[in-house]
Amino acid sequence: MTPSPHPSAQDLLRDLAPQVLGAVIRRFRDFAASEDAVQEALIAAATQWPRDGLPENPRAWLIQVASRRVADHVRAETARRNREAIVVSLVPPEEQLALAADEADATGRDDTLDLLFMCCHPALSPSSAIALTLRAVGGLTTFEIAKAFLVPEATMAQRISRAKQSIKASGVPFKMPEGEERAARLGAVMHVLYLIFSEGYTATSGPELHRSDLSGEALRLTRMLHRLVPDDAEVAGLLSLMLLTDARRAARTGPSGELIPLDQQDRTLWEPSAIAEGVALLTATLSRGSIGPYQVQAAIAAVHDEAASAQDADWAQILGLYGLLQRMSDNPMVTLNHAVALAMVHGPAAGLDRLDALAEDPRLQGHHRLDAVRAHLLERAGDHEGAIAHYRRAAERTTSTSERDYLLMQAARLSETRK
Amino acid sequence: MKYLLMMHTPSGGPYQIASWPKQDIKAHIAFMVGFAKKLGASGELVSAEGLAAPDQAKRVRAGKDGKPITDGVFPESKEFLAGYWIVDVDSPERAYQIASQASAAPGPGGAPLNMAIEVREVMSGAPKDWL
Repeated sequence: MTPSPHPSAQDLLRDLAPQVLGAVIRRFRDFAASEDAVQEALIAAATQWPRDGLPENPRAWLIQVASRRVADHVRAETARRNREAIVVSLVPPEEQLALAADEADATGRDDTLDLLFMCCHPALSPSSAIALTLRAVGGLTTFEIAKAFLVPEATMAQRISRAKQSIKASGVPFKMPEGEERAARLGAVMHVLYLIFSEGYTATSGPELHRSDLSGEALRLTRMLHRLVPDDAEVAGLLSLMLLTDARRAARTGPSGELIPLDQQDRTLWEPSAIAEGVALLTATLSRGSIGPYQVQAAIAAVHDEAASAQDADWAQILGLYGLLQRMSDNPMVTLNHAVALAMVHGPAAGLDRLDALAEDPRLQGHHRLDAVRAHLLERAGDHEGAIAHYRRAAERTTSTSERDYLLMQAARLSETRK
Repeated sequence: MKYLLMMHTPSGGPYQIASWPKQDIKAHIAFMVGFAKKLGASGELVSAEGLAAPDQAKRVRAGKDGKPITDGVFPESKEFLAGYWIVDVDSPERAYQIASQASAAPGPGGAPLNMAIEVREVMSGAPKDWL
């Protein structure tokens, strides 16, 4: 991977982090120790480089410093074991280091993809995979990750260390999976990147403001993944979806952090360059044939992003795309969105009929979003009393403060027009 | 997702720790310290605090001049909050599991107290699927 032309030291470090870690793991075959050592080398670089200037070969510098740390660690471990007289390593640490020459270091082989596969292994819980990916591939410090998820640093350190133990225990080899396994694991990587993106995207304001860095980080990592597997249509679809969604960031919240739904957003605040990039990427991908859920979601986002207003959006096309998405994934949230699109094309009564059928789905029992959509459709159908009742019920059930505030405001607005 | 686990204990109920034998008090405290450590080690602990006894509690209101008016000691309260944990977990089921472990803290004679632990989800900033 080529770093951008004038990267700041920080960007350079973050780009090099996964490559350096890959090289060190190949040498020492110990993911946990290598990961700790690379983190220390990154911290050393962050203080030394600005002071002493960039080393001639930053990548080699980092690999060397990290390798020395792992060797120190191995030596300390061996000494400890000797003291305890339990196990004595058959290979003295000097020789372990001598074995280390690896031509990959010289060729600049990029292990970033192998690392992503490892950090997003299905043996890990989503929260562990997210934390490990941000640290090992993203090069973020434990402190930064802890801050982003609003947990103490010690807790995040434990989460990462347990994730590394799980990987060790599961015996995942540090190599590329093949065939169907590869496709499934790539799916897991995309899912983790998508979760990081939405974690950051849903950040609103105040103390959570820094969380928006997470979507920037997810975008950076997804770009990286797209460069590594340029022919994968779903990876391109995911990148396009993130770009087309992130383009609306400035418009989706008001001055005090309140949510502004799509149909009421000030479209002049949308980022045209991100929309252009997302649309171009999607167009190139769709023309290639095979289509998956991320591409369909990106296509829906593109229809919205290219419309001059919510009414101008091509709702018939959106309806068709949601129908397609429904056939690909059995997700009740998709079905709810399908009902909204149905109402936009065929009127609120058609949408409400659809909701009645959906209410049987046990996954939606008592779900606030069902009430929220019903309230919205009842309002459009002119049943304000019903809409107020469902807005309020949805507000009682949501676990998001900004969504609750939005729903309560909708109920209050309708109540006031009634008087 | 984050959950608040509240340990409410009824006044005059089983949680009259002061009247327990020394050994039982020690075992109870050791359990609570170990429990918080375990949650830290599993990467799930956000915070855990025990609260001072309710006879030191005050109820505060702003007066007309904005200054605090305190009012206090509520011996008639039926229940009080003895302490709480905030955990960050992957599922509500995991939060219930942690709550049940807290509920089984040892009481007199080392028998589990099986106290009721109230579990409440902490609200998040914005909805996850509001893209």
